[in-house]
Amino acid sequence: MDAIFGSEIWKQLFVYSVTDPAHHIEVWAHVVRSLLRIGIGLGFILTIVPGLIWLERRLLSWMQGRLGPNRVGWQGLAQPIADGIKLFFKEDIIPTNVDRSLYILAPGVALAPVLMSVAVLPWNGSPDWGAVAPGLNIGILFLLAIASIEVYGVILAGWSSNNKYSLLGGLRASSQVISYELGMGLSIIAVLLMTGTLATQSIVGEQGIIGDPINIGNTAYTVYPHSLNSGFWHWHFLAFFPFGLVAAVVYLISMVAETNRARLALREADTEVEAGFHTEYSSMKFAMFFMGEYANMLIVSAIAITLFFGGWLAPWGALSQIPASAGAYLPAWLINTLNMAVIAPFWFGIKLFLLICFFIWLRATLPRLRYDMLMKFGWKGILPIGLVNVVLIALSMALQQSFGRLRGHLMAVAVGLGICFVLFVIKMATYRKRRLDTETTTISPIRREPAALPVPARRTREV
Amino acid sequence: MPDQSTAVQAAQTATPLLHTYIPVLVLAILAVGLAAVMTILSWVLGPKKPTPQKLATYESGVVPIGSARERFPVKFYLIAMLFIIFDIETVFLYPWAVNYRHSGGLMIFNLVEMAVFVAILFVGYIYVWRKGAFEWD
Repeated sequence: MDAIFGSEIWKQLFVYSVTDPAHHIEVWAHVVRSLLRIGIGLGFILTIVPGLIWLERRLLSWMQGRLGPNRVGWQGLAQPIADGIKLFFKEDIIPTNVDRSLYILAPGVALAPVLMSVAVLPWNGSPDWGAVAPGLNIGILFLLAIASIEVYGVILAGWSSNNKYSLLGGLRASSQVISYELGMGLSIIAVLLMTGTLATQSIVGEQGIIGDPINIGNTAYTVYPHSLNSGFWHWHFLAFFPFGLVAAVVYLISMVAETNRARLALREADTEVEAGFHTEYSSMKFAMFFMGEYANMLIVSAIAITLFFGGWLAPWGALSQIPASAGAYLPAWLINTLNMAVIAPFWFGIKLFLLICFFIWLRATLPRLRYDMLMKFGWKGILPIGLVNVVLIALSMALQQSFGRLRGHLMAVAVGLGICFVLFVIKMATYRKRRLDTETTTISPIRREPAALPVPARRTREV
Repeated sequence: MPDQSTAVQAAQTATPLLHTYIPVLVLAILAVGLAAVMTILSWVLGPKKPTPQKLATYESGVVPIGSARERFPVKFYLIAMLFIIFDIETVFLYPWAVNYRHSGGLMIFNLVEMAVFVAILFVGYIYVWRKGAFEWD
């Protein structure tokens, strides 16, 4: 026993902390630790993707009064796995006039970045084991950089297939994704303004602080264990009310567009572009796009939770850790492990589940937007709202510094309401003008066509 | 930075900066490897019975007409250009946003600086709007 737990190797791997300057962790230990963390993070995503596909199909069926897949395994739970195995053994068709190298490369380019963005999603507050790359101080920036690569996979697939459906689907998908990336970026900036850090664990830690959510300046708090007095009212979607909420809604909408899910699923508008950019893909190459899409759905939901919905924190602070009184009859390391490895990921998982159900619910309820409406909404709605929201949060922070917390914030809210009012007045004026125009203009009667078009004489066979 | 969370701050001082990127490197190798393995496996495992019809471009079951290397609406190009402009703007906002909270007495100054930047951008935005670049006709 002691030979294992006392050995330097064990200590390097599991005992020493990166926060402890006294013990230097070797590079090999860093590599093994990251492999273990990747095993947790990527393993979670890859095992949950089939479950997610099953959940979506069952839930959709339930909402539409059908049964859905229920044959393979208990309640059809093994269906996606069976599908995956089947796809491996399907013929891998490479059509003759595709651009071969790009065609083969594209699914990988779409899948690999999605898997890489797992790196900074935190599932608990531990600086050693809380995420795949917990110490990464550029967190969110890394996510954005990696997520942008994914669109290359889509556009490469669309172009290299040499198929009109693929080309149009790829173009649509890429222009949609880049349009909504702006809204996403702006709502992330709103959170960065509130937290002042890019590290994802600190962003979650900020949401467990004691005191007012619209508190700014120097506060004393630690990431872990977080405050027992905190709760969902400290999460960023309620911070700087209503600006945090606006940012959260902008993020949620952009997230649906970014992952091309139904309602904004224009790249897979079957009636218009067949299967979009992956029309020409078969076998596992198709499955890679499919997997990438579902993994991406999980990842953007996890980002939303990290940024706006308190990450691994419980809705009431007291629920997020074993009470201190348990220390009397439980060893400290056990309490610590349970807090880190069970309770924190549990809350994270619950939130992830709810958000995923929201995605599926959206797909079951709402019809698809038309493409021009989608782009118009992105550029004329999401973008200016996000930008003005960022400016208003900054304004609120500056006013709070000068005029006190509540008064400053209310002043900023007043400015926001003023902007809304001005826009409303302008909009009403244009409506009134248009109505007056239609009322005063005499509608010229439609030019009368001849009552009956001359019917061409029936051609009769010349005898 | 006074209000960086202490644990993360300690982690950043104790670990050399490059060591925090080791997991990213390992993950990148794994992700690319996984994608490559999946692509190769599907090629190796599946049967191969190609016929000219099977390898033809899919066009809803009819014989494909022409190539897909045709002209497509210039709107997509316009959107890409606008995206670059606004994305660069967002990139400029990131460092400002991260440091804004820590700016102390210079907060008003920082706000005005960024307000000028955003205002100039907004002028361009309204110009593009009035020119009808966001209309899809």
